[in-house]
Amino acid sequence: MSALKPKHQRLILVVVALVALVGAGLLAAYALRNQASYFYLPEQMQADPPQVGQAVRLGGMVEPGSLETLPDGVTIRFAVTGNDDARVPVRFSGIVPDLFVEGSGVVAEGSLGADGVFVAENLLAKHDENYVPRELQEMEQHRAAKMAEETTVGLE
Amino acid sequence: MIAELGLAALWLAAALAALQLVAGAVAVRGGDPSEMALLTRPAAVTQGVLAAVAFAMLLWLFAITDLSVKLVAANSHSMKPVIFKLSGAWGNHEGSMLLWVTVMALSGALIAWIERRLPERTMQATLAAQGFVALGFYAFLLLSSNPFERLPIPAAEGQGLNPLLQDIGLAMHPPTLYFGYVGLSVAFSFAVGALLTRQVTPEFARVMRPWVLGAWVFLTLGITAGSYWAYYELGWGGWWFWDPVENASLMPWLAATALLHSASVLAARDALRAWTIMLGVVAFSMSMVGTFLVRSGILTSVHAFAVDPERGSFILILLALYIGGAFLIFALRAGTVSEGQRFAIASREGALVFNNVMLSAILAIVLFGTLYPLLTEAFDVRVSVGPPYFNPVGAIFVIPMLIVMAVGPLLRWRQGGLGRISREMALLAALVLAALVLVSLLGDISLLPILGLSLSGPLAVAAFLPLRGRSLRRLPITVWGMVIAHFGIAVALFGMASESAFSQERLAAVQTTGGATSVGPWEIVLESVTPVAGPNWTAIEGKLQARYEGGEPILLTPQSRNFWAPAQQTTESVLVTRWNGQLYAVIGDQGADGRWQLRLWWKPFVTFIWYGGMLVALGGALALIGRVRQDLKRRTATARLARRREASA
Repeated sequence: MSALKPKHQRLILVVVALVALVGAGLLAAYALRNQASYFYLPEQMQADPPQVGQAVRLGGMVEPGSLETLPDGVTIRFAVTGNDDARVPVRFSGIVPDLFVEGSGVVAEGSLGADGVFVAENLLAKHDENYVPRELQEMEQHRAAKMAEETTVGLE
Repeated sequence: MIAELGLAALWLAAALAALQLVAGAVAVRGGDPSEMALLTRPAAVTQGVLAAVAFAMLLWLFAITDLSVKLVAANSHSMKPVIFKLSGAWGNHEGSMLLWVTVMALSGALIAWIERRLPERTMQATLAAQGFVALGFYAFLLLSSNPFERLPIPAAEGQGLNPLLQDIGLAMHPPTLYFGYVGLSVAFSFAVGALLTRQVTPEFARVMRPWVLGAWVFLTLGITAGSYWAYYELGWGGWWFWDPVENASLMPWLAATALLHSASVLAARDALRAWTIMLGVVAFSMSMVGTFLVRSGILTSVHAFAVDPERGSFILILLALYIGGAFLIFALRAGTVSEGQRFAIASREGALVFNNVMLSAILAIVLFGTLYPLLTEAFDVRVSVGPPYFNPVGAIFVIPMLIVMAVGPLLRWRQGGLGRISREMALLAALVLAALVLVSLLGDISLLPILGLSLSGPLAVAAFLPLRGRSLRRLPITVWGMVIAHFGIAVALFGMASESAFSQERLAAVQTTGGATSVGPWEIVLESVTPVAGPNWTAIEGKLQARYEGGEPILLTPQSRNFWAPAQQTTESVLVTRWNGQLYAVIGDQGADGRWQLRLWWKPFVTFIWYGGMLVALGGALALIGRVRQDLKRRTATARLARRREASA
C-alpha cells in the first residue's frame, strides 16, 4: 500500500477519529437509556413499577417491626416505606451494612421480582456520621420536615 | 508559629507562581531573551522549595498533633499511630490539595532547573503555563481551603480520622494518584508551551515523554492499589465498582495511555503532531475532571469521604479556565502545526493511531457514563450507572484495541503490509480459536469472560513476539518495558475474566462451635467468636479453620470492628492467597438463634488482576529508566562536544 498524500492523511485521521468518537457517543447514549438504573421512591414504585428484573434502586425508610430473618439465617425480609403510606417489601441475602436498623434510611440496589417483592443485591445505608448516600440525605431532611409538621399540628 | 510559617510559605509560593507566569509571558511575547526571562527559572525553583516548606510544616503539625489547628483537630487524634497521624495530613481535602500543589511546584522546579533541550522561548512558555496552573491551585488553597487555619479555642481532642482510611495501602494511595495527575499537568504545560511557540517537534515529544511515562506509572500503581484496597477493605468481594471516584482515576489513565503512545510516534517518526498536543490537553483535563468529581462530592459515591459542594464550584471554575483556555489556544494554533511525516495504514503508526482512537472512544464512554447521572439530575431524574452499561459498551472498543495491541508491535514503522507478519498473525488467530473452543467447553460462562479468557493467552504470547530474532542482551531496555507492559495487560485480563467466570460465593449462617460450610474447593469450620481490642477499636473476631481440598487447616480471623473515634463499624475481611486464587471471608452479625453469618468467596486467579497491574507499571518504569538513561547519555555527549568545540576555538 502506498503512503497517502499528507493532506489526505490528516483528513482521514480526523474522519476516523470523529467516526469512532461519534459512534462511541451514540452507543453510550443508547446504552445509557437502557442500562442506567433509576432511583425509585416506594410510592413511585407502587404507582409505576419498573419492569421485572430491570436493575433499579429503591430508597426509603426501613419500616419498624418489619425486619425479620428467614430460617436460613442469612436472608432478611423487611419493608421500605415512603410517603403516603406507600410500602414495598424487600428481600436481601447477605451481610447487612453496619448502620442498617429499623427506622433508618436505606437505598436498596436490585430489581423487582415477579411476586412484587424487591430483591436487593446490595444495601446502602449510612456509612458513617459523615457519609450518607445522597438520596438518603435529602430523604432525611424531608422526613425531619414531615415530623416537625406532624408534631406541631396540635399547636395551631 | 509552625502553622503561620507554613501559611507564609504558601503565600510566597503563590506570589512566585505569579512572577513565573508574568516573566514567562513577557519573555515569550518579547521574542528575544529579555531580562524578565532570566527570572522565570529561579522563580520556579524557589516556588518549589517554598511549597515543600509549607507541606513540611503541615506534616509537622500533624506529627505533634497541634489541636489549635482546625485541620489537625478535625482529622487527627492523639491516640492514633504515628504513621496514620502523618498520612492524616493528606487524608483530607485541604491537605491533599496542598500535597498536589507541592508535587506540582517541585516538578516545575525540576524542569526549570535541568531541562535545557528545548528552545528557550518554548521553555519560558512552558514554565509560564505551569505557573498559571499552579496559581489557580494556590488561589484555591488560600481563599477557600486554607490548611493552616487556627481554631479560636484549641480543641481538647481531635475528631480522629475515618477508620476506613487507617490503612497503610490507602495512606499511600492518594499521593500515588496525585503524582500521576501532576505528571500530566507537566505534560500539559509542555504541550501549551510547544503550541504557543510553534515548536511541536520530535524533540518536544522526547522532553515530554518521561513525564507522561512517570505519570502513567503512578496512575497505574494508584489504580491497581485502589482496586485492591476497595476489594479487601469494603468487604463486598468486588474489585471494581465503576464508582465515580474509580472512574476519576481511570479516565486520566486512558488519556495518558493514548498520549504515551502518540508521543512515541511523534518522537520516533515526527507524525501525529496536533493529535499529541490535543491528547496532552485532554489528559490533563481528565485529571482535573477527576479532581473535581472526587473533591466536590457532586456524585453519589461509596468513596466520597471529602464532600463539600461549595469547593466544587471553585474547582469547576479552575477546570473551565484551564481546559477552556487550552482548547482555545489549540483551536487558534492547531492550524499552524504543520503536517507530520506520512505513513501507511498497516504500519506501526497506523496501529498506534488505532490504539489512540479506541482509547479515546473508551474514555468517552467512561466519561459519559460517569457524568450521565449529573445530567439527568438536572431534569430531576435520579439514575445510577453501573456494570450493565460500562462492561458491554466498553468491551466493544476494548477488544479490537487488544487485538491491535497484539499485532501492532510486530509491524514496521512507516511501511505498510501485513504480509510480512502473516505467519505470526496465523499463529495468534489459531491460538485464539483454540482458546475459544477450550473455554466454551468449560461450561456455562457469559460472553465477556469467554472472550477475555480466550484473548488473554494469545495476548500473552503476542506480547513476547517482538523479541523474536533479536539479541536479548542488546535489546534496549525500553523494548523490554513495552513487552512487559503488554504482557501485564494480558495477565490482568486473564484475572478479570477468571474472576467473573469462576468465582464462587457462599453465604451461610453457622453455629459458633464447629459450624461448617464450604465454598469451591474449601471446607470452612467456625471454631469460635471472641471479642478483641486494638489501639482505637474493639472487635468481634471469628476463628475459622479453612482447608483447601482437605489439606492442612489454615487459621482465618475475620473481624467486625468498632472504632470509637469517630464511632464507626467496619468489616475486616481475611484473604488466603494461593497461586491459583484467593479465599475471601467476611464475618457478619449474630442471628437471634445464635448462628453467625459468614460470607465466603473462592476467586480463582483473582490476584492476576493486580499482578497484571504491577507488571504494567513495571513495564512503564523500565521504559522510563531507558528513556532517562538515553537522555543522560545524549546530554553528556553534547556537553563533551561543546567542550571540544570550545577547546579548538
